[in-house]
Amino acid sequence: MAFEGIGASVRRKEDVRFLSGHGNYTDDINRPGQLHAFIKRSDRPHAAINSLGTAAAKAAPGVVAVFVGADLAADGVGGLPCGWQIHNKDGSPMAEPPHPVLAIGKVRHVGDPVAVVIAETRQQAKDASELLEIDYTDLPSAATMPQALAAGAPAVHDDVASNLCYDWHIGDKAIVDGIFAGAAKVVKLDLTNNRLVPNAMEPRAALGDFDTSSGDFTLYTTSQNPHVIRLLMGAFVLHIPENKLRVFAPDVGGGFGSKIYHYAEEAIVTWASGKVRRPVKWTAERNESFMSDAHGRDHISTAEMALDAQGHFLGLRISTLANMGAYLSTFAPCIPTYLYATLLAGVYKTPAIYCEVKAVFTNTVPVDAYRGAGRPEATYLLERLVDVIAHDTGIDKVELRRRNFIPADAFPYQTPVALAYDSGNYQVTLDACLKGSDWAGFEARRAAAKAQGKLRGIGISTYIEACGIAPSAVVGSLGARAGLYEVANIRVHPTGSVTVFTGTHSHGQGHETTLAQLVCDQLGVPMSQVEVVHGDTAKIPFGMGTYGSRSLAVGGAAMVKAMDKIIAKGKKIAAHLMEAAVEDIEFADNTFKVAGTDKTKSLTEISLAAYVPHNYPIEELEPGLDETAFYDPKNFTFPAGCHIAEVEIDPETGTVEVVRFTAVDDVGRVINPMIVEGQVQGGVAQGIGQALLESAIYDAQGQLLSGSFMDYTMPRADNLPNISVATEVTMCTHNPLGVKGCGEVGAIGSPPAVMNAVVDALKDYGVRHLEMPATAPKLWSIIQAGQAKLAAD
Amino acid sequence: MPQVTLTVNGKQHTVEVEGRTLLVEVLREKLGLTGTHIGCDTSQCGACVVHVGGEAVKSCTMLALQANGSAVTTIEGLAAADGTLHPMQEMFREHHALQCGFCTPGMVMSAIDLVNAHPAGITEKEIREGLEGNLCRCTGYHNIVKAIAAAHPLMHAKAAE
Repeated sequence: MAFEGIGASVRRKEDVRFLSGHGNYTDDINRPGQLHAFIKRSDRPHAAINSLGTAAAKAAPGVVAVFVGADLAADGVGGLPCGWQIHNKDGSPMAEPPHPVLAIGKVRHVGDPVAVVIAETRQQAKDASELLEIDYTDLPSAATMPQALAAGAPAVHDDVASNLCYDWHIGDKAIVDGIFAGAAKVVKLDLTNNRLVPNAMEPRAALGDFDTSSGDFTLYTTSQNPHVIRLLMGAFVLHIPENKLRVFAPDVGGGFGSKIYHYAEEAIVTWASGKVRRPVKWTAERNESFMSDAHGRDHISTAEMALDAQGHFLGLRISTLANMGAYLSTFAPCIPTYLYATLLAGVYKTPAIYCEVKAVFTNTVPVDAYRGAGRPEATYLLERLVDVIAHDTGIDKVELRRRNFIPADAFPYQTPVALAYDSGNYQVTLDACLKGSDWAGFEARRAAAKAQGKLRGIGISTYIEACGIAPSAVVGSLGARAGLYEVANIRVHPTGSVTVFTGTHSHGQGHETTLAQLVCDQLGVPMSQVEVVHGDTAKIPFGMGTYGSRSLAVGGAAMVKAMDKIIAKGKKIAAHLMEAAVEDIEFADNTFKVAGTDKTKSLTEISLAAYVPHNYPIEELEPGLDETAFYDPKNFTFPAGCHIAEVEIDPETGTVEVVRFTAVDDVGRVINPMIVEGQVQGGVAQGIGQALLESAIYDAQGQLLSGSFMDYTMPRADNLPNISVATEVTMCTHNPLGVKGCGEVGAIGSPPAVMNAVVDALKDYGVRHLEMPATAPKLWSIIQAGQAKLAAD
Repeated sequence: MPQVTLTVNGKQHTVEVEGRTLLVEVLREKLGLTGTHIGCDTSQCGACVVHVGGEAVKSCTMLALQANGSAVTTIEGLAAADGTLHPMQEMFREHHALQCGFCTPGMVMSAIDLVNAHPAGITEKEIREGLEGNLCRCTGYHNIVKAIAAAHPLMHAKAAE
């Protein structure tokens, strides 16, 4: 048998069904008697609903029901809850305005759901939605954060003063201000982090199925965390107890954060299914994804670094505006605070940091976590700032980083912004990436490109992130309204095969393979006899789902703990069968052995004895071999590394080509190198997308201009280079696998590497900073102006 | 309602459709072939690519009636009857060219058409440009490009047999 355990690039178990068209995505599921829902959405950013006439729609062919916000309110349906409460500088809680499932009285963003039409076919529902008579009065809107914060700005929510969700801070301002007052040099940078649309390729879908016999509800949904949806929707929105509500997230076609949240449509179809007593399915059209999936990023920041004469970082002072959109999405408030500001030390020993964050309501789609969630914003800010410091001081950008790195012997390292890094070695990843990218040979390549009329630049980013989310007590003290442990149930069947029930969820990450490898490794069971089950609240004890690169660090650790219990129980059974003391039983390679003898029993023999307990210590031990573990992590994990991008700009068109991309990441112990490489490449592609192509654009009134793939530039195969990925390993010290997480590093480390390269390519034109995305028209204008200035000089 | 007759994966079907019904809707909703996906509403993403008369077509951009009388191959029709995967499917698996799997059916169908169109050989640039009509959000395309390059000799060797 080929090696299938930890460290093997095992080909994925899930691939054959995906490759042969037998995946089971939510929209592939149909239930007998199923109806179809179409959601009527606001086409305007901010308006009062004067009246909403449904008679004509109700009378249209095939229509079974039409519901509006008042119908849900009359039935006691609650608003969508927020899972995290942030406190203001003065200790008061953040503003938390209601988030109705269907709009009541007002619409607050383009895409805000107003009514649902339910009909025999999707087309009938959609046709009938055209007959809804909605009388709006348009209201002035606050489309951007500066607009929303201006004196006299239109109020997104009547009872939220100044459109401010919270005004939060971390660090000691007086100490940091004092450092700045005495610093040899201060470097300042204003920058924005562009708003992105996650755009998983599978549009969201939800199918509510009320069982008229049992009175149970089943929700099939495109979710990264079905237990969280059951908890939030059951407890806060529809008031259905867990025992009457099953949530099943089958194959999910990508998430990237956007499928974490509890969305209105999930509640609508579940509730409506109970009303019409038939299954109700809704599937988003892509234009609905653009205007109803939570967006990502959207920060405006000012960053300042205080330096001594040698370029040592003395103090960092940040002020950030973070866009919340029109309502608070499930985890929105924690992204620009505890997943952002706590990362501002980066890989540097900056002794003092102060960051204040104002979160702002605007008449736009809600903003929440998107791959990286807060950490890409922190990394972009910091790594651009470091390059600007190099620019302003004349210190080499690699040397500047080295000079300020946390040394390899300084771990565990307590940062000034709450986090304690357990392990890392930033010099090693930097050196490997410099070598892998042939940094030393760059100037020759720049000269060769110049001879061809091209502008070539190189950019570096040395990043860190915090994932393996998260220790429950810590996040609870910071405002989380849930625990963030993970759950695993390991079931060894009578004949020795194994089913893993995990509370994490795979939507592309390959858990059915990677998690099975953990079983191969620890129990010695071959892959072919291990099944990983995820996504179904009816099968899995509990779980918090997959986001924040937590599946292995938290979910995998829970599996290890459950398998430890399996082995401990197996040893007792083996001791009984082999008439030995439990302390003398060893377990390795699928076999229990009496130490120092040749007496052995296979795991299969033990499991058979456990389920057919004829010769069994029945007085002391229950039959069966089935163990569950909850694992609460002791700390976050801290993947880190170095990304280097090399770009070439065509001055005639302004087009940027990424000609080379090198990533060297420390994600802790690697379970499946093939999958890790793929995760990093995918993340880097999204990071290059943010840096060069993608941006969600609203007009001054709040109309979404980039509302389809026609006008929102997704990275295509010919926009991207081959992406070289390597790993260096320092083990995570506080989880049993030593893993750190690899899902987000690509999207975190790459945007500043690309932008630093673009700025480097334009250095002859005096460019100090440039906002993302670095589109061709933007660069063409800079080059034209730069060439004119050079000619004039 | 008008009728449309299609031979899908070698099997003939006659179904009633509306004039506006799209080919992809017939495949998914009338024939239960849910391997063909719908990822957008503007013919950009390519998740719905199938072969009509042997050529790659975005089935969200073709009315079912336009396909009347055609032979259609979907992702479900690629593997051999004994389950042996098509070389392109096999290379996607070998090179980890899929993650969430949602774009994969359209990507594989486009890739086969692309390789068929380049019998003499295919460069990385031709592969990347040839995938213009297919979006993947997971892989960064790196491994998709590798898989297609690896499938090329296998497919043309097979064709030469």
